[in-house]
Amino acid sequence: MRTYLVRTVGQLVIVILGISMITFFLLHLTGDPVVMLLPYDAGKEEMERFRVAMGFDQPLYIQYWRFLKGAVQGDFGRSLYMEQSAFLLVWERMPATLLLTVAGMVIAIGVAVPLGIISAVKRYSFIDNLCTIFAISGQAMPIFWLGIMLIIVFAVQLRMLPASGYGTWQHLVLPAITLGMFQAPITMRLVRSGMLEVLNQDYVRTARAKGLPENAVLLKHAFKNVCIPVITIVGLQFGQLLGGAIVTETVFAWPGVATKTVDAIRNQDFPVVQAGVFLLAIFIVSVNLLVDVIVGVIDPRIRVNS
Amino acid sequence: MARSLSDRDIAPSHDGWYAPQRSSTVKLLSRLWRLKGSVIAGCLLLAIVAAAIFAPVVTPYDPLEANIMLRLRPPWWMDGSVPEHLLGTDQVGRDILTRIIYGGRVSLSIGSLAVLVSASFGIVLGLMAGYMGKVADAVISTLVNIMLTFPFVLLALAVIAVLGSGFSKLVIVLAITGWPLYTRIIRAETMALKEREFVVAARAVGMTHFRILTKHVLLNLVGTIVVIASLQVARMIILESFLSFLGLGVPPPTPTWGGMLGEGRLYMMHRWWLAAFPGMAIFATTLMINLVGDGLRDWLDPHLKL
Repeated sequence: MRTYLVRTVGQLVIVILGISMITFFLLHLTGDPVVMLLPYDAGKEEMERFRVAMGFDQPLYIQYWRFLKGAVQGDFGRSLYMEQSAFLLVWERMPATLLLTVAGMVIAIGVAVPLGIISAVKRYSFIDNLCTIFAISGQAMPIFWLGIMLIIVFAVQLRMLPASGYGTWQHLVLPAITLGMFQAPITMRLVRSGMLEVLNQDYVRTARAKGLPENAVLLKHAFKNVCIPVITIVGLQFGQLLGGAIVTETVFAWPGVATKTVDAIRNQDFPVVQAGVFLLAIFIVSVNLLVDVIVGVIDPRIRVNS
Repeated sequence: MARSLSDRDIAPSHDGWYAPQRSSTVKLLSRLWRLKGSVIAGCLLLAIVAAAIFAPVVTPYDPLEANIMLRLRPPWWMDGSVPEHLLGTDQVGRDILTRIIYGGRVSLSIGSLAVLVSASFGIVLGLMAGYMGKVADAVISTLVNIMLTFPFVLLALAVIAVLGSGFSKLVIVLAITGWPLYTRIIRAETMALKEREFVVAARAVGMTHFRILTKHVLLNLVGTIVVIASLQVARMIILESFLSFLGLGVPPPTPTWGGMLGEGRLYMMHRWWLAAFPGMAIFATTLMINLVGDGLRDWLDPHLKL
């Protein structure tokens, strides 16, 4: 277990270094970061002063080292508009993003697991076909459109729920459903194929042969073994889920990290963009690490083989 | 009159049983029949593409021509509609159906171009990593892992923050987010192919690495590439629409599905159709592409006897 942990954390460090490099070079992608950071009408002298003050006249590797040192301490410089630490501006939005992501995941799993089990057990039945249609159309659905349609139906026409905002559980319902529908189809397909595989195994036949009730066979013997691949994949898809959360946040004006980052992109507020991108990426990597560790604990085969 | 089976009609099949041999046309038709869903989807997709290409012939209206007298008219079945404008008009009186048809040009061309660029780049890197192994593999695989950690959307947003928006920049942004997927899959397949007899034999007779890669490895991967690429077009279209929806895509007044959805959202309180129809166009197109992609996968998969 220890070597497994050391190896996983070692990979994590490399990935974080890579992420920091990408975030750092974003600013240098067009050549001169000073042009990106200062207003269009800045004079030549002012630009030079700024270049020296920010250290952009130094060699790239020194600049990167300083960026990395800052990033590790949560220092991405100050927002160009808010006169506040860029990192804190993004950090204070984190709880909202977390809440939305977890709620979305709960809905996705709540929909996907029962549907996946039912469609595997009743393979090729009417219900299975319905579930397949749900999965195929769900995967093609642009969720920003789904979000807007939900707003039009439930907020505008039926006046049941608020269209946007943050605070009460009612505000959470529509964004969480939108995000859940983004993740549910793929999760359902995984549960279904995992269940189909397990249902053919000897121990399931044994469980049936010894006369266990069907529910016990399905839930205790079959589904338990499907959990490992499902946890792994749900965990590894966390990045995609967060990607969906970014989209969902912008549709519902949800005050999370993503709306802040998108606003910063619109305002060309680069320190905030860097802080947002870095924070979200680190968040995903940490969740992936957590999933690796959990799966390693549950299933010893994985720690030995990988 | 029924004809008795002659010897010519009976040939040993692969598993030793005798079965009537069917002509190749019948075989082709029966294979197509099993994939009828995908075939229908393919025809509908062709219709969408054709409508976009021949837009000036398909619709009598100009997508940019405003008519302030006929603004915000509902679709044909609702009160206050104008029969000439089937899906109604937008906030400055432009025909919505016309703008959707023209909008397909942007989405479809950006989606296909982005796939072309990202696939070429990703395939070359994947071949290199899989065939050369060692350092090349380590470097490329690490890069792919880092890139895949970022959610697609976040990466696109981050790059657009720096590069700015516009047609060619969108293609670049989407290509940057798209290539790692090809690299990962092509790498794994190349590693497997490298060990096969025909590659080893080719090397033994002194074929150059370049010829082996292009003639033996790449040709064997065409099926895989076609399937991923077709499914990727759908993802690219959704991502492009989302960026346009945020106002970070092709700038107005050029009609784009995402842009129309973004504008329509401002009127969703009373004029739902402004947002509903462009989203439906995105949904229908990506759904058709996914169905065609699934069909292609089944068609090209030698393990699935169709």
